[in-house]
Amino acid sequence: MTVFSRNPIHSVIYLIICFFAIAGHYLLLNAQFLFIVNIIVYAGAIMVLFLFTLMLMNLNQDTEQHKPAIARMAAVIASGLLMLVLVAVLRKVDYMPLPPEAQNLAVGTIQNLGKVLLDEYLFPFEFVSVLFLSAMIGAVLLSKKEKPVTK
Amino acid sequence: MNHLLNIFSVVPIQYYLLVSAVLFCIGVFGVLFRRNAIIIFMSVELMLNSVNLLLVAFSTYRNDASGQVFVFFVMAVAAAEVAVGLAILVAIYRNVHTVDIDELKNLKW
Repeated sequence: MTVFSRNPIHSVIYLIICFFAIAGHYLLLNAQFLFIVNIIVYAGAIMVLFLFTLMLMNLNQDTEQHKPAIARMAAVIASGLLMLVLVAVLRKVDYMPLPPEAQNLAVGTIQNLGKVLLDEYLFPFEFVSVLFLSAMIGAVLLSKKEKPVTK
Repeated sequence: MNHLLNIFSVVPIQYYLLVSAVLFCIGVFGVLFRRNAIIIFMSVELMLNSVNLLLVAFSTYRNDASGQVFVFFVMAVAAAEVAVGLAILVAIYRNVHTVDIDELKNLKW
């Protein structure tokens, strides 16, 4: 429905529903920290950004033309074939589950994730902060109005 | 706690594999099918989320917290990508007044 609705605003709302469903899956998989982060980051921040851009561009009427028929056919065939191949491969997967007594239910807690994140992955963690800084500067620079050249 | 262990045996990880594969294909389909650049961004988000779901599923079923940390990094990269991408889209829209990707095939106007 995210793909098919003609109004981009409806598309965003369907995408929010989809993200909440995925967050529910995280909760079922006992990953509480990612559940919270998913709701805050995706359903909160990213979707607000999308909606804000849509409002800014004032695109909420369905003015979009469809692609030509051959491109649409190619899209349907390509994604259908990809899904066919993926499903066919994944059906053959021989997965060996852990025995139930080896399951550790504390994997997804904030305490455990924080230990792993700041012990083993401290260096990538710092790099993510640098990445965010550069993304922020880039976004501000790109969306700033261009001044007329004075030279 | 014990009923959660039951879930692991009742819902095998193959189901999560299938859900993620289907979600990823929907994302690919959206990228190929639509012409609105914002909806293409949303389809890319859908693909990233399907991969996140798969990583969390494997991390929980294999008892390994690294997968969830990696999902955290993927979310950070996705947020940065969306911020920069939407800024680029706003700049493009300010210049040419469209976000239709079939109109944006020139590198120079």
